[in-house]
Amino acid sequence: MPRESNFARFVEVGRVVLLKAGPHTGHIAVISEIIDHNRAIVDGPTTGVPRQAFPYRHLTLTSLTVPKLPRNAGSGTVKKHLEKADIVSKWESSAWAKKRAAAAKRRTLTDFERFQVIVHKKARRDKVRKVLKAAKA
Amino acid sequence: MARKELVPGVGRLSRSQTYARRQLYKGRKTGTASAKPEAAPTKEVQVGGDKNGGTRLVPTSKAPRFYPAEDVRKPKQSRKTAKPTKLRDSITSGTVLILLAGRFRGKRVVFLKQLESGLLLVTGPYKVNGVPIRRVNQAYVIATSTKINLGDFKVDSKINDAYFAKSEKKRTRSAEEEFFADGKPKEKGAFPETKAADQREVDKVVLAAVKKTEYLAKYLKASWGLSKGEYPHQLVF
Repeated sequence: MPRESNFARFVEVGRVVLLKAGPHTGHIAVISEIIDHNRAIVDGPTTGVPRQAFPYRHLTLTSLTVPKLPRNAGSGTVKKHLEKADIVSKWESSAWAKKRAAAAKRRTLTDFERFQVIVHKKARRDKVRKVLKAAKA
Repeated sequence: MARKELVPGVGRLSRSQTYARRQLYKGRKTGTASAKPEAAPTKEVQVGGDKNGGTRLVPTSKAPRFYPAEDVRKPKQSRKTAKPTKLRDSITSGTVLILLAGRFRGKRVVFLKQLESGLLLVTGPYKVNGVPIRRVNQAYVIATSTKINLGDFKVDSKINDAYFAKSEKKRTRSAEEEFFADGKPKEKGAFPETKAADQREVDKVVLAAVKKTEYLAKYLKASWGLSKGEYPHQLVF
């Protein structure tokens, strides 16, 4: 039987999304109701995002979903489901979130700290190179 | 001849034009002109006629017969004075600065103090990155948030603006002639021992403080630059 779709992430109730605009940029929320082709109601009671309409073009779909989230549920219910599915810790342990956190951290480094990163990276490269050479020989 | 002033207070020639016309580039005249014997303001002349007393005192130079009808207006005196340079808040004693201009651009140096002229006194330290005690303008500097704890170290007060002034040498020949004596470039004079000692004195304290933090000496030795996709206004220093 052919696959239903080539896509893996859908705009659906319970889909966890990453906000790309507005005051809550960078936070995750969950779609609790689809308004139309352009907007959905998103809610993030565990990440400080208030329930609001959000255009899809300012959202990124993640691979996470909240299973069995009722359509158009209120913030309280959404919170219960989010906590039950342990979405925040799942998100934070994902490679995507980790990369984002690392990039954000990098941006706050001072000149001296950036220099230390260079020094440590050089040391790591050196070690890897030596070990590799020893292994090849 | 053209008028010296277009309107009262506005000269015909600019400052640089006057400079060129008066050939001021030849250098300021030294030596004083020999004093001319001052002419007597009056002289005695013989006057004919019985009732005229025989002699009379007459001024040597006649007063002008005409006065200018219009008063020449004097240019207004400016009361503006330059304010002392304000040191940037981010620069305090021991702050690591990045030099952006001049011979040592890209070097990271340690700020010591602000001089009377508003310029910043910095040192490499010399042993670490080759930057001697030097004056720099704070406009050509990035202040980083890295600070070296110099404690209550005070730079010797003899290191001031006058300390950096070049000694004025009398030139008898042209600079070129002097430089190429006997067909060879002139040898450089040795660096004054007193200045080298001052450098060591200052750097002793700075170096001791630098050594306390790991990688700091290495950091000061490395030069700064921007790589692809890096913009100074987006960086945190």
